Amino acid sequence: MFRRNGSQCVAMFAVDEVRVLRKVAGEVVGLLTDGMDHTDPVVSRLFPDIYPDRPDDSAEFRLYTEGELKTGKIDQAGAILAALPDEGEGEVRLDGEAAEAWLRAINDARLAMGTRLDIEADTDLSAELDAAVLHDPGSSRVFQLSVYAYLGYLQESLLNALPDIE
Amino acid sequence: MGGMALPQVAPYESPQIEEAPADDRPWVTIVWDDPVNLMSYVTWVFQKIFGFSKEKAEALMLDVHNKGKAVVSSGARERMEMDANQLHGYGLWATVDRD
Repeated sequence: MFRRNGSQCVAMFAVDEVRVLRKVAGEVVGLLTDGMDHTDPVVSRLFPDIYPDRPDDSAEFRLYTEGELKTGKIDQAGAILAALPDEGEGEVRLDGEAAEAWLRAINDARLAMGTRLDIEADTDLSAELDAAVLHDPGSSRVFQLSVYAYLGYLQESLLNALPDIE
Repeated sequence: MGGMALPQVAPYESPQIEEAPADDRPWVTIVWDDPVNLMSYVTWVFQKIFGFSKEKAEALMLDVHNKGKAVVSSGARERMEMDANQLHGYGLWATVDRD
């Protein structure tokens, strides 16, 4: 988890955490670079219609803005990959700009996972996790739910470690 | 006695065309509640994008959270589109509409 050190946000990551973060950031990049499928709920969540009742206006706006939005999201996921240790455990030190990219990228990853996991406003994450473990402790749902929860804590710790916005 | 003939100039009246009342309601950017985004993250995004104080950003975030949505900016359509687009960059669920 991140803590503040001078003007930087610093965290120590274990091997498993580095592996998970690489996987998650890589998946976001993959989702954005393989021809995006706009019927995929994850894509609709990351690129919402700006005019929900006017599909033509939304499509026109998308035409002019989606490329840049997508590049921004790929770059911020890339900031996670760039800052992680190449192999094994290690420390990550983020300046203000990198911390912002991490926050946004972790958020994209959580949106993607949260959509796939059908997270809703009243979802009790630990109850979901207990139920999934009971059903099959080795299931991908158990893994996905724990990664989703982990990313929430990580994002919160990074928000708390940020210097105050002037 | 003939007075001076004054030029007969009809006072100019601007034509009163019955226009459909111009829709001068401002455009607004709306942020919708979302089960994934952390409350602290949404507050941070509002501070970052709109330059709001922490107190104002927090109040707006709570509005979104409690009422399901909130207007976060209003003005010209193009500006609202820019705001919504920027919010999408941060992963917030934003739309543009008439007030």
